[in-house]
Amino acid sequence: MAKTRRLLVLGGGTAGTMVANTLRRRLDRRQWQITVVDQNDTHAYQPGFLFIPFGGYRPDEVVKPRRRLLARGVDLVLGEIDRVEPVADTVVLADGQRLGYDYLVIATGTTPRPDQTPGMLGAQWRTSIFDFYTLEGATALADALRAFDGGRLVVHIVDMPIKCPVAPLEFAFLAEAYFRERGMRDRVELVYATPLPGAFTKPIASAELGSMLDERKIALEADFMVERIDEDTKTLISYDEREIGFDLLVTVPLNMGADFVARSGLGDELNYVPVDKHTLRAKGHDNIFAIGDASNIPASKAGSVAHFAVDVFTGNFLAHIAGRPMTGSFDGHANCFVEAGDGRALLIDFNYDVEPLPGRYPLPHVGPFRLLRPSRVNHWGKLAFRWLYWHALLPGRPIPLPAHMSMAGKQHQEPKE
Amino acid sequence: MPVTTIGPIQVHVDAEGFLTDYDEWDERLGTELAAQIGIEMTPAHWQAIRFLRADYPEQGETATLRRVSTLTGIPIKTLFDLFPKKPAKKMAYIAGLPKPRGCV
Repeated sequence: MAKTRRLLVLGGGTAGTMVANTLRRRLDRRQWQITVVDQNDTHAYQPGFLFIPFGGYRPDEVVKPRRRLLARGVDLVLGEIDRVEPVADTVVLADGQRLGYDYLVIATGTTPRPDQTPGMLGAQWRTSIFDFYTLEGATALADALRAFDGGRLVVHIVDMPIKCPVAPLEFAFLAEAYFRERGMRDRVELVYATPLPGAFTKPIASAELGSMLDERKIALEADFMVERIDEDTKTLISYDEREIGFDLLVTVPLNMGADFVARSGLGDELNYVPVDKHTLRAKGHDNIFAIGDASNIPASKAGSVAHFAVDVFTGNFLAHIAGRPMTGSFDGHANCFVEAGDGRALLIDFNYDVEPLPGRYPLPHVGPFRLLRPSRVNHWGKLAFRWLYWHALLPGRPIPLPAHMSMAGKQHQEPKE
Repeated sequence: MPVTTIGPIQVHVDAEGFLTDYDEWDERLGTELAAQIGIEMTPAHWQAIRFLRADYPEQGETATLRRVSTLTGIPIKTLFDLFPKKPAKKMAYIAGLPKPRGCV
C-alpha cells in the first residue's frame, strides 16, 4: 500500500481554511492526511471588524471556532510555529513538536505591528491611539468613539502593503457619517494621512475615492511616511518632518508576515514569502506554496484575492502532485466592497494588470452591483457577504464568480487629472 | 514610447520620464538623471542606487523604500535626506527603473 502523503497548512484563517477544505474534497482520504496548524481556535471574520467601532456588529458576531469551520478529515493542531526546516520537510512548533510534510502551504497571513513605530505602543495606545484590524482594537475603539466629544480625528496608514487596503478609507467615510448622524460633525476635524500620493493606489479609483474625501470635507495628507509618534504632544511626525496633531488617532500599523517565516529564511524584508505570482509556489522550493496575505504577490491583501487564488491553486496542486505541469495562472484578481457611509458602498474589481474601472458586476451591463460608484445594492452585498463567507467561501463550496477577472461590463476611462 | 535626450544620450522613457529599458542605463546617465532633479551624487547616494539596480533583475520590480533600508542598512531617515521629499520615486528615477508601485 502506498505511503500516506501529508499536506501541512500553516494558518487556519481565510486562505488556510479554504485550502484545507477544498483539497479535502479532492484528495483521497486513505492517501492524504491534511493538517492545519494555528496558534488558537478562534477564526475571525475580519471584514466585520470595520463595523464594530460604529456599533454595527457585536464582537461575538464575527468569530467562530476554527475547528467547526474545518471539514471532517482535516486535523487541527494548536500551537505556536517556531520555524520551518525546508531541508528536512519539517515544521517545528515552539513546544518542540515536529510535524513532517510532503507539501507545505504557508497561509499565516499578515499582522499589524504597532511595535514597529516608535511611540505607538506607549501610554496613548488604546487611550487616544487605536487600531481596528484586531478584534480588541475595534472593540476598544467603539468605546472611544462613543466618548469622543469633538476635536481632530486622524485616520492613518503607516506603510503599504496593508491588508484590505480600502478599509482605512471606508473607516473615514463611516466615521464622517457617524458624526453627522450624532449631530456633531461640525465639532470634528477629519484628516486622512497616507504614505500614498493620493487616496488609493490605482489612478482612476484614487481620483474617484479622493473626490469622495473632498465631498465629505476629509483633509487628505498624502505622501506622509510616519517616523514616530510623540505621545506627550499627541503628534504624528513624518520622516520629512511634517507634523499632524491628533485628539484621536485611528492608525493602521505596519503590516508584516509571521516572524517564523523570517526565522525559516523564507521571507522578504516584511516576512512575506517570495512566490511565483502566477502559481504561488515559493521561489526555490518545489513543495512549498504561500497563499493569501502571507505571500509577496503584488495584489491586494484581501480575502477575495485568497479566494480566487485558491481556485487556481487547487487545479495546479492536483496537477503538481500527479507530476504534471501547473498550467493554471493566477491573475491577481481582487474585488472589494468599499463602504461609503449612509448605507451605500462601492465595488471595485481588478487584477495585476487592470486597475479598478467603472461598470457593472458580475453580469456585464446588468450588475446588480455597480463598479466604482456608490449604491445601496453594493452595501447590501457587503452585509450579505458575511453569510456567504461562513457558509460558502470557507467550506469551499463553489461560488459562481469566475476566478479570472473579466473586462466585460467595464468602461475604459482616462484618469482624471 | 517617447525618446528623450539626457545630456548626450538618447533613452526611452515613460510619460513621467522614468526609463523604460533597464539596459540603457549606466552610472554616467544616473549622474545626469540625478542632476535633472537637483541631486548631486555622493558615495552614499550610490550605495542606494547600486542596490536598486542589482535588486531589480532578481525581483522583477523596483524595491520599496523599506526594502532598500532593510537590505542596505541605510536608515529611512537618511534616504529622505539623500533624496528629499519623495525618496522612493527619486531613487527609481535616478536608477533608471520603473516608479515603484505603492502597491495595491
